[in-house]
Amino acid sequence: MSRLYLARNPRVAARSLDGEMMIMSGRDSTLFTLNKTATILWQSADGATPLDEIVEQRICAEFEVEPAEALQDAETLARELATHEILEVSEQPIVERRASGDSR
Amino acid sequence: MPELTTEIEPLSLVIEIGGMPVRVNTTDSRFIEILQERYAGYIGSISQAAEIEFDVELNAPRSADPDADVRVTQQNGKWTLERGDFRAEWEPARRRGWIRQTANPYSIDAVLRIVHTLVLARQGGFLLHSASAIRNGKAFLFAGVSEAGKTTISRLAPPDVTLLTDEISYVRKQNKGYVAFGTPFTGELAKLGENVSAPVSALYLLAKGPENRIEPIAPAEAARSLLANLLFFAEDEELVQAAFHSAFEFVSRVPVSRLTFVPDARVWELIG
Repeated sequence: MSRLYLARNPRVAARSLDGEMMIMSGRDSTLFTLNKTATILWQSADGATPLDEIVEQRICAEFEVEPAEALQDAETLARELATHEILEVSEQPIVERRASGDSR
Repeated sequence: MPELTTEIEPLSLVIEIGGMPVRVNTTDSRFIEILQERYAGYIGSISQAAEIEFDVELNAPRSADPDADVRVTQQNGKWTLERGDFRAEWEPARRRGWIRQTANPYSIDAVLRIVHTLVLARQGGFLLHSASAIRNGKAFLFAGVSEAGKTTISRLAPPDVTLLTDEISYVRKQNKGYVAFGTPFTGELAKLGENVSAPVSALYLLAKGPENRIEPIAPAEAARSLLANLLFFAEDEELVQAAFHSAFEFVSRVPVSRLTFVPDARVWELIG
């Protein structure tokens, strides 16, 4: 199974207040409030750390959840955030891709 | 030989809202009269320098859909503002623009609101769906969606309160705080706000209920509610981000509370 990498969309505005992460789409001004798991994904989405590592180190460490189940849920959530253009999801490290100018 | 044509003298007036003078040029004296009536109390000196100047062409816009929603886009430093009843362009660098609309006060009113939101967004300010008023030298904002009570609380204001608006508040960032200005943008009260300003002391989120009370709310909810009530039209990532961060900046500096009230004048005993 291939690994997934997440990167924050630099075209959204984000702020954390009292532990609550709010994100506004720069495209259509839609406001999103992220839940705890989505906030972890957002904060960890550096384009270089694979999703399974994020799940193992951040999500499983915080919530009592089976790693396999947590990874499946995290992937579903990450793809949902990607549909709203909050995150970018890729099977390649995104930092390298952005550095090489590949905008796929 | 007699002249076959006569040059039409351009007419103009200055509309000053939120301390920003906007000059409007037209060739139609009746339209000037409409504007003078619409913006009474907000007409500036004709000789003053304007920050923006609009030439108004009184023709129906060539719009495919007269009921089309507002659309505000920017390309190469030029803003295009469109709705079914008007089309306008504005170049901030030149401080000039034009508006094509029929001779009515509503289209130019929408253009002015939009232009003010664009200018304010870059300066950390905003227009807000809220009533606002001054008491004891301090401005108070009362935000809420339609039917939340903006007009009701404005109508209940005692004589020592100066109403700034019952519908759309004008908030400008100044130094480390915020200042609210009166606006001619009215709601059901249909009464122009006084053209004065004062430092913002509090923002109240309105709710109707069985008693009058003020409750603190969490900063995150305050920011979310403020964002929900901002007037913002532009399809522009940079400005959306600016408006977003302005909302957070505001709630970090101005107390935000929920004001639940019964519709009688005693609610004002809690304000000021």
